[in-house]
Amino acid sequence: MIEQIPLTHILFLSTALFFIGAYGFLTRRNMITMLMSVELILNSVNINLVAFNRYLHPNIDGAIFTLFIITIAAAEAAVAIAIIISLYRKIKSIDPEQADELKF
Amino acid sequence: MNISDWLTLRIEIALAVFILLQLIIKIFDLIRSNETWLRLNIAITFLIVLLGFTGNDSGSLFGGMFISTSFIIIEKTILAFATLLVLMQSYNWLKHHQHTPEFFMLLLTALLGMFLMLSANNILLFYLGLEMATIPVAALANFDLDKQRSSEAGMKMILSSAFSSGMLLFGISIFYGITGTLTISSWQEILRPGGLEVLALIFIMTGFGFKISLVPFHLWTADVYEGSPVSITAFLSVVSKGAVSFALARFLFNGVIMMQEFWVEILFLLSIITMTVGNLFAMRQTNIKRFLAFSTVAQAGYILLGLAGDPVNAPTSVVYFILVYMFSNLAALGVVEIVSFATQKEDLDDYKGFYNSNKKLAIVLMLALFSLAGIPPTAGFFGKLFLFTSGIHSASVVWLLFASLNLVVSLYYYMRLVRMMFSENNEKPLASIQSPLLSNIALIICSAGILFIGIFGGLYDYLHQLAK
Repeated sequence: MIEQIPLTHILFLSTALFFIGAYGFLTRRNMITMLMSVELILNSVNINLVAFNRYLHPNIDGAIFTLFIITIAAAEAAVAIAIIISLYRKIKSIDPEQADELKF
Repeated sequence: MNISDWLTLRIEIALAVFILLQLIIKIFDLIRSNETWLRLNIAITFLIVLLGFTGNDSGSLFGGMFISTSFIIIEKTILAFATLLVLMQSYNWLKHHQHTPEFFMLLLTALLGMFLMLSANNILLFYLGLEMATIPVAALANFDLDKQRSSEAGMKMILSSAFSSGMLLFGISIFYGITGTLTISSWQEILRPGGLEVLALIFIMTGFGFKISLVPFHLWTADVYEGSPVSITAFLSVVSKGAVSFALARFLFNGVIMMQEFWVEILFLLSIITMTVGNLFAMRQTNIKRFLAFSTVAQAGYILLGLAGDPVNAPTSVVYFILVYMFSNLAALGVVEIVSFATQKEDLDDYKGFYNSNKKLAIVLMLALFSLAGIPPTAGFFGKLFLFTSGIHSASVVWLLFASLNLVVSLYYYMRLVRMMFSENNEKPLASIQSPLLSNIALIICSAGILFIGIFGGLYDYLHQLAK
């Protein structure tokens, strides 16, 4: 069944997801959405790894890697949200443009 | 796998045990005094430094995931020593902080992550180490909990590092697709310059570029360095940058050595704009932490020049340079920390007439700036010299010319600060500052390093011997 979907389709999906994430990260004016964009990038990597694992290299490495990426992404989100909350208490906003004490 | 192989893991095991022990001590609230925590952690870090000099050095563990050589142990020892100096300098600040125990757990976890990253021969372990080394540091950047600028620094650091590790991972996933293995050392047999490989390598270099703040990925650097507490600025600019530089050297020469012709071109472009932009922006700064931030951006450009060498000289010169740079930058930031803790002043103009009120601190800062600028006989000169001699191997004349010109430009702004300290008058001069004992010891060690490492010529040969 899955053999009917060529690898290129899946790679196209993951690359599109990567660039949607990158675009969102660079244009959004909301720290939480920026964080979600990073999650999109990480998920595109996960799709890549799983697809390569399934189609080209049937060893378990790629699938294991995705588990670690998901875990690390959760840890990163925890720290990031803690920092965003601590910033929110001071500027009452999650717009990164409002955090403008540091600039040259 | 036997006992002597496990001994190569001794530093990491000791560090992990200490971190967990501190967590337990903290949960049960066994130590209440901040000063006891500080002394305990300085002792622990000192022990970690000593552990680097004992026992077996080379071996591999976990099916080749974790490898260790004498050279890697030396790199780890340098990082541990830098952390020790940072801890000694932060004594005064942490003495009255509300969350001192957490500081050490986060800092030592970051150090553990760097050690794993340096020893990794598997890209999964490498990635875990890299994340372990960055996420706690972002939390540490936010450690001045009542200051808005500190939270801003933390926010900028965590978002940019998350984005950059996304880029790095995308490149890694393509490399996995090409080679079918996660073992870095077996990549070099499979990877050859080709369309997809080059694309992946560009993504990976972008990820590394964020971490060692190369232009054009440096935009977070100055903000984070300015907003963080000074100790964390020191940790970021010396330990984090050093660890990622070592890891980059190992990655380039172990994983993708067959694509050297291509990545030297990338290094060439990045290096030239990094040096130039770092130096030009350093000139127009008014805050001393931002000034030092752009000076470290510029220094990263010279590190890239050193990486253009052959597989033995390049890592050697980078390690030697980071050692020298550690002493110079920690001396400069140590003085900044003492001044900023005592007077809350961080502007360059406040340092006018610094010599009149604080003679010893001014002399240490002058030595550090001489060393950063690379003036003989300070060690900074020899660090730069070895980077240049290593780079000649494959760097073009244009590159070397740019690097030399940038050295001259950097001389201008370093010497401008020295002149401000020694011969300008200040209407509101800084008060005479009583610096704490441990900071003084750290500054003396740094000054001794700056003055004697260059003259003690055997060190480079020793490192060179180990790198073979």
